[in-house]
Amino acid sequence: MDIFLQQLINGLVLGSIYALVALGYTMVYGILELINFAHGEVTMIGAMVGLTVIGLIMGLAPDLPGILVVLGGVLVAIPACMLLAYSIEKVAYRPLRKAPRLAPLITAIGVSIVLQNVAMLVWGRQYISFPRILPEGQYELLGAHISYLQIFIVVLSLSVMASLWFLVQRTRLGRAMRATAQSKEVAALMGVDVDRVISATFLIGAAIAAVAGVMVSAYYGLAHYYMGFMLGLKAFSAAVLGGIGNIAGAMLGGMLLGIIEALGAGYIGDITGGFLGSHYQDVFAFFVLILVLVLRPSGLLGERVASRA
Amino acid sequence: MLDGLRRHPTLVFIALGILLAVLPFLTGATLGNSWVRVLDFVLLYIILALGLNIVVGYAGLLDLGYVAFYALGAYLYAWLASPHFGIHLPFWAVLPLGAALAGLFGVLLGAPTLRLRGDYLAIVTLGFGEIIRIFMNNLDHPVNVTNGPQGINQIDPVSLGGFAFAGRHEVLGMTITGPYFYYYLFLAFTLASIFIAMRLQHSRIGRAWAAIREDEVAAAAMGINTRNVKLLAFAMGAAFGGLAGGLFASFQGFISPESFNLWESILILCMIVLGGMGHIPGVILGAILLTVLPEALRYIGDWQRAALGHVVVDPNDLRMLVFGLALVLMMIYRPAGMIPSRQRKREFAAEDGVAEQEQASLYDTKA
Amino acid sequence: MPVTRRTLIVSSLLAAGLLVGCGKKTETDSDTLVVKIGSVAPLTGPQAHIGKDNENGARMAVDEINAQGLELGGKKIQLMLIGEDDQADPKTATIVAQKLVDQGVQAVIGHLNSGTTIPASKYYHDAGIPQISPSATAIAYTAQGYKTAYRVMANDEQQGRVLGQYAVTGMGAKRIAVIDDRTAYGQGLADEFEKAAKAAGGEIVAREFTHDRATDFTAILTSIKGKNPDLLFFGGMDPQGGPMAQQMKRLGLSAGLLGGDGLQNVNFIKLAGTDAEGVTASSPGLPLEAMPGGPDFKAKFEAKYGVIQVYAPYAYDAVHVLVAAMKRAGSSDPAKVLAELPNTDHQGVTGQLKFDQKGDTQGGAVTLYRVKDGQWTVLETVQ
Repeated sequence: MDIFLQQLINGLVLGSIYALVALGYTMVYGILELINFAHGEVTMIGAMVGLTVIGLIMGLAPDLPGILVVLGGVLVAIPACMLLAYSIEKVAYRPLRKAPRLAPLITAIGVSIVLQNVAMLVWGRQYISFPRILPEGQYELLGAHISYLQIFIVVLSLSVMASLWFLVQRTRLGRAMRATAQSKEVAALMGVDVDRVISATFLIGAAIAAVAGVMVSAYYGLAHYYMGFMLGLKAFSAAVLGGIGNIAGAMLGGMLLGIIEALGAGYIGDITGGFLGSHYQDVFAFFVLILVLVLRPSGLLGERVASRA
Repeated sequence: MLDGLRRHPTLVFIALGILLAVLPFLTGATLGNSWVRVLDFVLLYIILALGLNIVVGYAGLLDLGYVAFYALGAYLYAWLASPHFGIHLPFWAVLPLGAALAGLFGVLLGAPTLRLRGDYLAIVTLGFGEIIRIFMNNLDHPVNVTNGPQGINQIDPVSLGGFAFAGRHEVLGMTITGPYFYYYLFLAFTLASIFIAMRLQHSRIGRAWAAIREDEVAAAAMGINTRNVKLLAFAMGAAFGGLAGGLFASFQGFISPESFNLWESILILCMIVLGGMGHIPGVILGAILLTVLPEALRYIGDWQRAALGHVVVDPNDLRMLVFGLALVLMMIYRPAGMIPSRQRKREFAAEDGVAEQEQASLYDTKA
Repeated sequence: MPVTRRTLIVSSLLAAGLLVGCGKKTETDSDTLVVKIGSVAPLTGPQAHIGKDNENGARMAVDEINAQGLELGGKKIQLMLIGEDDQADPKTATIVAQKLVDQGVQAVIGHLNSGTTIPASKYYHDAGIPQISPSATAIAYTAQGYKTAYRVMANDEQQGRVLGQYAVTGMGAKRIAVIDDRTAYGQGLADEFEKAAKAAGGEIVAREFTHDRATDFTAILTSIKGKNPDLLFFGGMDPQGGPMAQQMKRLGLSAGLLGGDGLQNVNFIKLAGTDAEGVTASSPGLPLEAMPGGPDFKAKFEAKYGVIQVYAPYAYDAVHVLVAAMKRAGSSDPAKVLAELPNTDHQGVTGQLKFDQKGDTQGGAVTLYRVKDGQWTVLETVQ
């Protein structure tokens, strides 16, 4: 039982991380129907900038409590990522808004290659370790362990989702976003500044990505210029699983994917009598994803039927 | 000048034929043998891109797991022509089998995903590609099928009547190595692929694919059996991939799951979108550009040495950066691809009044 | 059709540039002969940091030899290292191998991964060029029967055997869990470890798997925890090993952690932090500190390129082994160098290097280390 509980906790934390990144994918997709492949790289840049600032602060004020130092890193990483995402949208995606469907996708792939290699030049090829300055205590629950940081990540991810939902459903900007998602032309006729709304979407997604990036590297203790690729891929799968374009769906998809991976890796060997092992963890995850999509072609919470190819 | 050429198509064909025939020797003499290998890979990627183009360009089904079929063809070749299982079948027997196996898997992938469109299909195919790779990486246990991450080595080279395409041969007093022979083999397959792709496009099936791509509901209303036609697109595209996989395995002599990762799928997709989706000359150009570009960029260091006397920036730091920038810039300035098809050009232009004017000046429609 | 015309111009410019690039002969003094040596490793992608480390190790050796001045058969020799990127991709590796052969390299130091070293070795073999890999450990590499393929690193079987025996007899482990990262390196080492540990009387209670880009191991570690092992062996590299050590602690998994040369480096300690304490790992050869010239190498390397990632000392030794063979042959001619390579008996910074008939290191010693107070300290060297 304690093992099962621990696997659930493992999955929940992993899922919260996926969900945080998935929110960025889903917002951009909801409005532009664009798979923003570079979002994983924005998360990576967030982690890198955050780490650099944390290093600087630790050099200047070594006695500052760890939480404040990390907070400082996050506070710089957020505007840095926002600026980056804003420029990406303006330079690389905006000129292509009327282009054939796949053109912006290829651009996004190009941007993500560029960001990776720029990060490699700036921060080097090494894995960078995250200083262990956050409080490391943990609770024990029926034999399972859960650390402060893990609890924080889950809470953070839930509250980000809640505020985002509030923003989209209850504010002027949110209404403009929903209008733009329905139809850019009609929204523009109704007095919505479509360009600003799209920029705002990228900015918000980037801010969440910055937080996610710093949290991921704090949790795993490292950052690397290549870290965004896998993370982005998993987060994107999570967003699709939940129904891309849907904020609660990104959350649900992320959590589910995390838990499926944890339980899959933990039990697949025992279930199949050792024939399949934890190396099929991703197969298991993708299999569930395919199954869900085959049964519900627009994801768990997706309503809109994607009609364009 | 081009109009003049158009009036004499036979001349163009003859000139092109001669160029293709002497190209490896021209390249080998000026740029070195490594560029003959690059040429071989260009041809291989043209076959792959043409195959993916059937699925994405013709039928409009976004496939991000295309590399799975490439992997299946390669592994089937390795199983049937290497010491791994001790089976050594000739290439003309294995290659069609590889194409058939890949085609079968194409249908297997296609069948459950028929209802999916757009990005949902993309993620499912991506998952399928990863699943195949993960199986290839792990099926060394409990029964050793793929030899796992260690890969399969000493795969038989293609041989015709006892004449092996690997190693060195003396032909007419010249020493010729493997890549030269493979060039002609690949060229033959590439030309056949181009021919098939062209015939398909203008066939009944090709028109049915286009109809589905443009509007699936309308296509069904016109009496097109959308299920069968879609499955056929998956199967045809996959068969090209399987064929290319077999060629790759025999050419390399060694395969391991590392060669079949997601990045390969993305690269092939980039080729067709960059070149001009659904348009064969565009697809070919895309494959050439994206295969040659990263290799050409290796010479950044030599160019610096020639221009400045020493290497200022490590070429390996810049290579992929320039590659990524090139992708972005080409898409911004040519969003419909380098050589878009005439039809797509029109569609693109018709979407919006302002865009239409811009496009009219961008693409000289007289051509 | 403006498209085609512009494309034509661009491609012809590109081709012209290439010709200039290739046609330009390396300028030399009249009496100095330039000998080109290739160095191949992934310099972009997820393994770029280890790849660059290999190249730096080789470059340092080349720079030193050039500074000292090398003479072969009465001619002054200037070594020139050509570093290439194979992206850890087998296809790219063969193109690079052919490119180096075309450029007339006299020897190649590389590649880094087994997956690239094996397909590339065919091209060096066909061209009759010696290839010394600093880091490829797959048994298949030297089992192909090529007289051109050498390595200065113990292969999976050699190192796995030592580790497996040591786990049971040296550390007293009875219940052992094994994780590998499903790369040619990690899987090869873990398989050999498993065989040796079983032979020595240990019981393998769990075999789990991850991949070389993973950062989250909590699921497999939790599953392993349920099997109550007293030792966990990881076949893989430090970017996974570091977080793994941390997550073991966090999950309350009290088993010891044992690894191969992929963990035995400074980066691992940085990434695992205080959780690195007590982790054991092996490294082929003798400890750098115990070798004549070892500490000196380390100090110089770190001053020039920063911390040693993993295999730089092996790349450094590989160049020296090669140049020693050139000296004995009195020539840089690949055929003559190949004839001399089997007679190698070189005092390198990683140990005394001799080759067996296949091109593997002979009777290679393996040293075991443990992290103590944030430092790798030598436990013992197994011959």
